[in-house]
Order: sequence, then structure tokens, then C-alpha cells
Amino acid sequence: MMTIRHHLTDPLLMAYAAGNLPEAFALVTATHVSLCDDCRARLAAFETVGGAIVEDAKAVPMAAGSLDAVLARLTTPAPAKPVAARGIFPAPLVDYVGGDLAAVKWRNLGMGVRQAILPTSRSASARLLYIPAGQAVPDHGHRGTELTLVLQGAFRDATDRFGPGDLEIAGQDLEHTPTAELGLPCICLAATDAPLRFISLIPRLLQPLFRI
Amino acid sequence: MLMDAASFAIADGRAFVAPYVGRVCNGVGDHFRVADDSADWAALMFRVRDAQDRAAFALLFRHFAPRVKAFLMKSGAPASVAEECAQDVMATLWQKSALYDPARASVATWVYTIARNRRIDMARRDRRPEPEALNWGPQDEPDQADIYQAAEETRILSRALAALPDKQRTLIQRAFYGDLSHTEIAAETGLPLGTIKSRIRLALDRLRLKLTENQ
Repeated sequence: MMTIRHHLTDPLLMAYAAGNLPEAFALVTATHVSLCDDCRARLAAFETVGGAIVEDAKAVPMAAGSLDAVLARLTTPAPAKPVAARGIFPAPLVDYVGGDLAAVKWRNLGMGVRQAILPTSRSASARLLYIPAGQAVPDHGHRGTELTLVLQGAFRDATDRFGPGDLEIAGQDLEHTPTAELGLPCICLAATDAPLRFISLIPRLLQPLFRI
Repeated sequence: MLMDAASFAIADGRAFVAPYVGRVCNGVGDHFRVADDSADWAALMFRVRDAQDRAAFALLFRHFAPRVKAFLMKSGAPASVAEECAQDVMATLWQKSALYDPARASVATWVYTIARNRRIDMARRDRRPEPEALNWGPQDEPDQADIYQAAEETRILSRALAALPDKQRTLIQRAFYGDLSHTEIAAETGLPLGTIKSRIRLALDRLRLKLTENQ
């Protein structure tokens, strides 16, 4: 079992529990929760708040005949499917990629760094990043919130070390140069609700091209 | 053996239930209700799951469908849409009954997550990434104490919400009706996240323990 040191915040878990996160953030949240029992328990606790709100809702009568209408629709329930063995990607990410690591359609960004944009609604974007061991991602700041979840390998920046399952939450105040550790290439799932802001010119010119 | 609410709280070393019981006696918080029958919702769910018992389903429907409809209307759905979606939610409860784990969530909580998912589906065409299912649960024989405690946690939360100042309770409700973004939740200083967290600590400790046991 991996030791996870960097977790989801309460506002992110609460917004996920309330069904109100942009899709890209919901994907990172669901993927982290799949790896992290602690956040799974915290999410369940927030969902309990939702249960209490439904339980205490002032009931609005259903239309006449609605129970019969639903009874008429019911068929034999599906049996629960056993959970498939996991590769590197947890199930929610497998659904977006269409498979595990081998199924990712990478695009080169130069210096051996690769990315794959995942299809989500435009409210925020999600992508997989592949950073060769020892390689740095160009200095960048953030206009919005950026969530970065490590799936393999590890990276370090000025704030800390992030290993498998760890989630870095970067806000506008963080300008960082994440560097992959030696060893395995670092593979991350990242989501942001605003375009990244690169400090040097070249990546900035490339930005519209690569949608990073 | 069913523990009463007070001894449940004392067992956890936090005596936060007793004051709310007092409030109920005083008639404060008119939407508070002692859901002393809610431990039975789980039993009805088993009858749905194991025997496709339509009478059990009808009882669940009568209790939860009007509440789901109310929840969806509060979330901004017109009555006709909320009616249709509440029917869908109850049909999903039947269809996915094999996935319900009474040791992890009360039926109310499970119904809430189905209703929330239905709301996301109707509000936008986004996909809705969900955490990986755990490789344990319904197939294991659930522990009666866990089932009781899952229902009890919903009651404790209800009491805690009822006891909050109106303004704070309204903020929490708005968050769960989908009115507050994660940035607004993070920035909203009036949101009693600390209070909520202390109230859900019981659920948290129990769930953590369960997850560790099932490694």
C-alpha cells in the first residue's frame, strides 16, 4: 500500500460530495479517492451530510400513480460486478483513457516531456503528463487552481516531494518548477480551471499550440 | 443490541447529542425528526436486493421519493422534472441494490448519492467520474453494529444541522443543492466546516477503521 502524504482538501471533497466540481477536478478527485482510503472515508462523511439533508427535506408529494409507474419499470437487478485488477490507473481514469498506461495517446512537448489531453467539459481541463526521470517541467505559475496527482514515480518542487497517490494543489500564489525524481518516469494526472502561465517566453509561445 | 443516541455519543467521548435532544423537547428546529425507524430501511434494502421484494420497495419509495423530489426542487429543478427524476432515482435504487453496502452508508446517504448523480446528469452532459468500487462489501456478511451506526450517523448529522444557526444551516444546504462552487466553499467563512467535521468525526473514524480492516 502506498503511503499518501498529500490529500484532497475539505472544500474539494465537499464540492465533490455535493456534485458541484468541474468534470476535470471531479476526475482527479475520484482518482485520488480510488487510491486513498483516508479521503474515501472523508468523502463518505461529507456524503452523510447530503443524506441528512435528503432525510430532513420537507417531503413534496409524488404525482398520483408514480409508484405504480416505477413498479412497472422494474426488472431483475443486475448483480454486482467484481472489481477488475488494477494496473497503474484506477478505474475512473481507465474510463477516460480507454485503458491503462499503454492506451495513452501521448504528444511530445519537447525535452522528453509528453502529455495527453483527456476529454472533459470546458469548465476545467485534464491531462496526463509524462516527465522523464530527472527532467523538470518549465517554471510556471497559475491563474486558477491546478491539481496534480502522481500516478507513478515522484516529483519535487519548492514545497515538497510528491510520490504515488500524492496530490499537489497549486493556487495563484505558487510558481514552481516541478522536477521528476530519478528512477521511474513521473506520470501525473493534472487538472486546471485556467491556462498555466509560463515564465519563459518559448513555452508561452507554444502554449496555444499544445493547450497546456 | 442497539445503543441509544446518548450512549453512542458518550462512547465517543463527545457529549454533543444530549443538547440537541433538549432542543427537540423544546420544539426548536421544526424540521428535526427522530428517524428511529431508519435502521429498518437497510433491512428493506436487503429484501429488495435478495428477494426483489416489491412491497419493501414500495415502503422505501413512499419515504424517500417525496424527499428526493423536494431535494431536486431545492436544487433548482421544476416540479415536473423533479418528479420524473425522483422516479428515476428510485428505479436506480432497485436496479443497483446489489451495490448498496449498509455498513458504509445509511440508506438516506445512498439515496442522496443517487439523487446527486441524477442531478449532475440532468444539469449537464459531463461525464461523472466515480471512485473505483472496493473489492469488499455486500458479499461479506455485514455487521449489525455497523449497519446501526451508519443509520445513527445520519441521525447525528440531522441533529447537528438542526442545531446550527439558520444562516449556517442554509449555507450547508446551499452547498449540497449545488449552489456553491469549491472556490466559494473554500472562501465562505460563514460555512461551519469545522462544526460539520467534528460532527462527522464518528463516521470518519468508523469508516477509516473499516477500510483498514478490509485491506
